[in-house]
Amino acid sequence: MNNDASLALRRPFRERSFGLARKFMRVNWLFVLCVCLLAGVGYAALYSAAGGSPQPYAQSQLIRFCGALVLMLGIAMVDIRFIAKLSWPAWVLGVLLLIAVMKFGHVGLGAKRWMTVGGIEIQPSELMKLFLAMALGSYFKRATPEQTGNFLFVLPAILATLVPMALILKEPNLGTAIITGAVGATVMLGAGVRWWWFALLVVVVALCAPIIYHHLHAYQKARIDIFLNPGADPLGAGYNIIQSKIALGSGGFFGQGFLHGTQNQLNFLPEKQTDFVFTIIAEEFGFFGSVAVLALLMCIVALGYYTALSCNHVYGRLVALGIATNFFLYCFVNLSMVMGLIPVGGVPLPLISYGGSALTAVMLGFGVLMSIHVHRDVEFPEREDF
Amino acid sequence: MRRQAKNRTGFTRRALLIGTGQAAVFAAITTRLYHLQVSQHGKYDLMAKQNSISERLVAPERGIITDRFGAVLAGNQQHWNALFVKDMAPEPDVVLENFYRLIPLSDDEKARIQQDLAAHPGYIPVMLKDWLDWPDMAAIEVNTPNLPGVIVQAGSSRTYPLDRAAAHAVGYVGRPDQKEAAQNSVLALPGMRVGRTGAEDANDLSLRGAPGFVQTETNVRGEVMRVVAQDNGTPGDTVALGLDAGLQQFAVQSFADQTGAAVMLDATTGEILAMVSTPSFDPTLFDKGVPNDIWNGWMNDPRHPLLNKATAGLFAPGSTFKPSVALAALKCGALTPDSTHTCPGFLKLGDHTFWCDNHDAHGTINVVTALQVSCDVFFYKTALDTGIDNIAAMAAKMGQGVDLGSDVPHVQTGLVPTLEWAKKHGIYWVKGNTVVEGIGQGYVQLTPMAQATMIARVASGLAVTPHLTRRVGGVLQPSSVPGTIPALDVDDQHLAVVRQGLFEVVNTPNGTGYGSRLTIPGVQMAGKTGTAQVHNNTAAEKARNFNDMTMAWAQRPNAWFVAYAPADAPRYALAVMVEHGNFGAQTAAPIAHDLMTYALLNDPAGRDKPLANPPPEPPPTVPQDNSA
Repeated sequence: MNNDASLALRRPFRERSFGLARKFMRVNWLFVLCVCLLAGVGYAALYSAAGGSPQPYAQSQLIRFCGALVLMLGIAMVDIRFIAKLSWPAWVLGVLLLIAVMKFGHVGLGAKRWMTVGGIEIQPSELMKLFLAMALGSYFKRATPEQTGNFLFVLPAILATLVPMALILKEPNLGTAIITGAVGATVMLGAGVRWWWFALLVVVVALCAPIIYHHLHAYQKARIDIFLNPGADPLGAGYNIIQSKIALGSGGFFGQGFLHGTQNQLNFLPEKQTDFVFTIIAEEFGFFGSVAVLALLMCIVALGYYTALSCNHVYGRLVALGIATNFFLYCFVNLSMVMGLIPVGGVPLPLISYGGSALTAVMLGFGVLMSIHVHRDVEFPEREDF
Repeated sequence: MRRQAKNRTGFTRRALLIGTGQAAVFAAITTRLYHLQVSQHGKYDLMAKQNSISERLVAPERGIITDRFGAVLAGNQQHWNALFVKDMAPEPDVVLENFYRLIPLSDDEKARIQQDLAAHPGYIPVMLKDWLDWPDMAAIEVNTPNLPGVIVQAGSSRTYPLDRAAAHAVGYVGRPDQKEAAQNSVLALPGMRVGRTGAEDANDLSLRGAPGFVQTETNVRGEVMRVVAQDNGTPGDTVALGLDAGLQQFAVQSFADQTGAAVMLDATTGEILAMVSTPSFDPTLFDKGVPNDIWNGWMNDPRHPLLNKATAGLFAPGSTFKPSVALAALKCGALTPDSTHTCPGFLKLGDHTFWCDNHDAHGTINVVTALQVSCDVFFYKTALDTGIDNIAAMAAKMGQGVDLGSDVPHVQTGLVPTLEWAKKHGIYWVKGNTVVEGIGQGYVQLTPMAQATMIARVASGLAVTPHLTRRVGGVLQPSSVPGTIPALDVDDQHLAVVRQGLFEVVNTPNGTGYGSRLTIPGVQMAGKTGTAQVHNNTAAEKARNFNDMTMAWAQRPNAWFVAYAPADAPRYALAVMVEHGNFGAQTAAPIAHDLMTYALLNDPAGRDKPLANPPPEPPPTVPQDNSA
């Protein structure tokens, strides 16, 4: 162990040397506060989406959130080394779920994304991103720079990313597939894989883009076309983007006031309680409110990085990086979509949008993140003993 | 351990790099948000308002027209219209298709709707169908979700309680044409009507009012969520005419099926108390659209029902022109009250013989007697002595052949020829022309309203102007205030001479109008008969002293009677013209008698200023029909 000053101040850590209460104290409560604040914003937005009523969105979402919060804190108490051992089994489970959803899942919005397990609706692709980050973290947790520079060593990790990507793409869910790939790539990058490999990959994808476009589903092509020219069919497929931009723009600096956004209250906003929930906040609370929400989202990402950077073990660092990046990508894709920056894809705004499966997946990830935070000082054994 | 530390430094560097990239992305999103929400707020705010708030103008209710006592002459009746606001429909063509499926319209109507939609901005509602019946209304209500932009709105249409009886005086309204609608977008609103004739036209601007608006908040399907603001606009002013509805209806009855016109004025103000032109027409047809067969019927009718003969019908005045000739002669000295002419029954001028009426010889008579017996020869000679220009000048003072400045629209000024006029029209004016002018024949052409004006001016000595409008929005118009009318620039003694002649016409056994003298005790009427030829009789016809009754209707003379009463304190002035009614004394004078009796007994003008010597009570029953 390196004996520099900062480490000297740290309390010597031994396995199971502190109890549940001390673990609980080590949870990053600032992080939990941010999560709860965002859930509160979500409650207000869903309350407004229902025209000023807790039914049918806000109340049920709050109940889900409370359940998910308990789940998150529960996972935070689980030893990270135990979670690490579950990484690969989780990945396998994820892949199996993705296959299962293709066979037994129900169709929503033209894609098979959801399935019901024991009364709970789950979206395997959302879970897969977390499981992938964990699997890759586990794969690279003892990798040397020599190994990470070796393509043959990295290849299994690439395959571990591509398999779920392909399955998600097949659903079809282009947005989530790309996020999955990006999460995998970020974890690999954090593990020390050469950055120019990724640069090369980006160039190759860019060159292949026309061919990929050719093989996209009609609705995916339509989304890209609409994105490029939303005014062409204002009441057809481009309607969402235009109405969404009107909602954002009409908010102004301080917004039209809670429950007074005309776009929201008069139902001009499509799917406002799910993917376009941000437009409610932007319209009714203005730029001021939007930036406040952006700041909260950024805080969560930043605190994820804080956990990653302050973690002593590679597994924790990589998985925390993956979870933070996943959350960031969620926000980025959703916000860009709402603002008409990228083609529309069914990506909700985490913690705010109405819906259970995404919330559960995100909170599960946050549970792992908090576990890493709580167990940031544990030492992983040199050899895995199964 | 060193490896792990190196690893960790590498991770920190890479993580910070990625984190910085993500922070940059957040910054970019914030910038974009600022651009959308703050920089372009105005643009998107407007779009949001257009999304949700739809405003449409509402036609104001047209002001009503009443008679002088408040009886409604032109009112409004509610009915239901289907309108279409293009801006409220995401797919206007689909909506129209759906509408046509529910309520079939003719191709002409569809073309008209397309034209209207193209001509006006999208927020102006366009009439799809008016006068909806209950099944139509129900069909529209049930299918509202398929008909975004279609509105069922109460509209109002014009009703005329007097129907045909006052159609010419009150006038009618029509839909504004494309040009009018283009000039004034308020007129483009469905339900807006423009006065086309009569009082509707004369007071159009007062009656129109100011439009209101309805602002509604509509949701994404165009369903109205709530009314944000509503302003029904300002209804048009109520216009009260000088007309007396009872007198008007009585006058129409008096004509029975005869063609003609009558105008009764308040001799002291010029208010039109009755204005009749027969036959008449249904004034409501113009609001809904005149069916082709009815229109063609009107156009082909030799009796011209659409023409307001009282104001736009030009007729030779015949002997009713003689008061003006007499006044002109008295003024220029061609006559004195006592000077005489001898009537042998004809006047020879060169090789032409001008006959007196019925070839009677009246002997040596003065102007009063000449008026009394309507001697033509006396006035042939008087006209020759006076000269056509002097006659025209006096006629103009009496309101004949000049623009009276009346508020009645579409008035024909008529013509009293002058030498200058003859020169301008290339007419070689000979003495014979002046001779026939003396008895109101030849080129002279006047309207019944001009003749009513003349007799009112003779009676009152005031320069009255006939006008329909009495009150607008309750305010008495200056032209209707008694005592403010300037005196006529005519010698009172000359007027007295003519009045004496007109008194004797009716009240002496030799007078041509004696048969129509008033039967009310204590009140006398003064008047003048007129029989104006419309057919240039051939020498053979003249030689056998033809009977006009044997001629075809269209060739019979027009019968005139102008009158005023009471003779000693004139209040009511009247001109009656029965087209092709033969002798004035025979057809026009009885109508005048009835109207005058009605006026004197009911005294419609007396509500402001009662008659000086009212007829004794109880009044005898008013004769209902005496035209046979």
